[in-house]
Amino acid sequence: MKRWINKRPGRLQKVALGAVPFVLLIALYQWGSDVRKADNPADKLLPSLSEMGAAVDRLALTASKRTGERVFWQDTASSLKRLSMGIGIAALIGLLVGLLTGAIPLLGASINPLITVISLVPPLALLPILFIVFGLGEVSKVVLIAIGVTPFLARDIYQRTLEIPAEQLVKAQTLGGNSSQIIQRVLLPQVLPRLLDAVRLSLGAAWLFLIAAEAIAASDGLGYRIFLVRRYLSMDVILPYVAWITLLAFLLDWVLLWLSRQIFPWYHHAK
Amino acid sequence: MIELKNLSKSYGEHRVLERLNARVHAGEFVTLVGTSGCGKSTFLKMLLGTEGVSDGQLLLDGRQIPDEPGPERGIVFQKYSVLPHLRVIENVALGREFARSRLLGRLFGARRRAAMDEAGQWLEAVGLADARYKYPHDLSGGMQQRLAIAQALMMQPRILLLDEPFGALDPGIRKDMHRLVLRLWSRHQLTVFMVTHDISEGFYLGTRLWVFDKLRHDPHAPERFGSTITYDLPVGRDHPELREEIDQSLTLSRQRLAVA
Repeated sequence: MKRWINKRPGRLQKVALGAVPFVLLIALYQWGSDVRKADNPADKLLPSLSEMGAAVDRLALTASKRTGERVFWQDTASSLKRLSMGIGIAALIGLLVGLLTGAIPLLGASINPLITVISLVPPLALLPILFIVFGLGEVSKVVLIAIGVTPFLARDIYQRTLEIPAEQLVKAQTLGGNSSQIIQRVLLPQVLPRLLDAVRLSLGAAWLFLIAAEAIAASDGLGYRIFLVRRYLSMDVILPYVAWITLLAFLLDWVLLWLSRQIFPWYHHAK
Repeated sequence: MIELKNLSKSYGEHRVLERLNARVHAGEFVTLVGTSGCGKSTFLKMLLGTEGVSDGQLLLDGRQIPDEPGPERGIVFQKYSVLPHLRVIENVALGREFARSRLLGRLFGARRRAAMDEAGQWLEAVGLADARYKYPHDLSGGMQQRLAIAQALMMQPRILLLDEPFGALDPGIRKDMHRLVLRLWSRHQLTVFMVTHDISEGFYLGTRLWVFDKLRHDPHAPERFGSTITYDLPVGRDHPELREEIDQSLTLSRQRLAVA
């Protein structure tokens, strides 16, 4: 018999093996829910799948009587807007700072200690300050995400810039390039796909900051909703929302990877 | 054109090169050989401008050589010479774009087409015309080096520096590259400095062979004395006896280094 370390799954087998834990988890949940419902039909802790379906139907498919909006989609749109604005601002600043400090040693010597200190400040500890300075509106939430993610992106891009082989920089100089031309034509294009990589890695933190900010002060958003219905023990709403957030996070990551492959084929082929 | 006057290089106490004296005229093809660590690559970097001069003078047309790389000195490294994010033809045209668009380093429209046409001619000269729209990662090692050469020649540099350019290539492909370099050298009247491991390559290519070696050895402190040019020979055809002699003297220093 072949050793276990040499057995590899076929394609179909791989999918099946990957699905097993999910199926088991859902079955376990269903069983737990059934047991509790048998004990107390009004149990709220482990709602049945049909109850969750009803909640989704109520929030996603039926317009609210008060405002005429579909709450679920409204929450999704608000959260995604905050998230993408925060990440977008962070990516732009992180790219500029990381690229320039990596390319120009004198600038790096001046800016890097500051970035190191900033990156050590826990962003959530700054949230009260942001609420005081920017109020409870959209700005403070976007700024929290941006502040939380920018230092990581800037430091990562700084490292990636330094990793570009020195031979390329020498070569570009023998082609007559000045500093600005070399930054634009040699460093920037090679750092961009690495920026997308870094953004994908920072998405987890960005979601954390988003939900934290929404939980504390907001009038809509995915994080706002789950913290709101917590008061009524509405697990039938919270669980689908959590699943939805997970799916969105997965899709966002996948879209960024797909984009990177489309725009930077040379980067993915060379790896 | 190039003049070395008592040129020395040291890193602190460690002397790498000692009192090099020579004169190289335009159109010469100098090959540099020696054991590893003998300073031949350091000398090339001094010509390139990425390493400074410690003592003495290194002159280009009677003036101190600039202390950073510039378009009058082209370079081909053993690897990483080409830009992975640009297509083959864009790699070659980049020098023109730098020269004609100081702000953005990027040309558009008719000016871009003109630069591309010119780049295409250089690709033909090195035999890469069919690969012009490929990315460097699609090219073999030999083709990447051809690209690096075309990229350097597009600038029409006064000096072409080759740092073990064929060290990573298969012997058959290396022969093709030798023919290519010799053809380009004679057609464009280049002045070439080439560092190589391979002494026979040094004899076959080029008009002049420099051997870097230490004249004095201190077995207790190997870094006390630097290398100098121990042989400066006019070559062009093979000299089997001489090659044997140099080979032996280098083997001897290698052994001495190993003992130390």
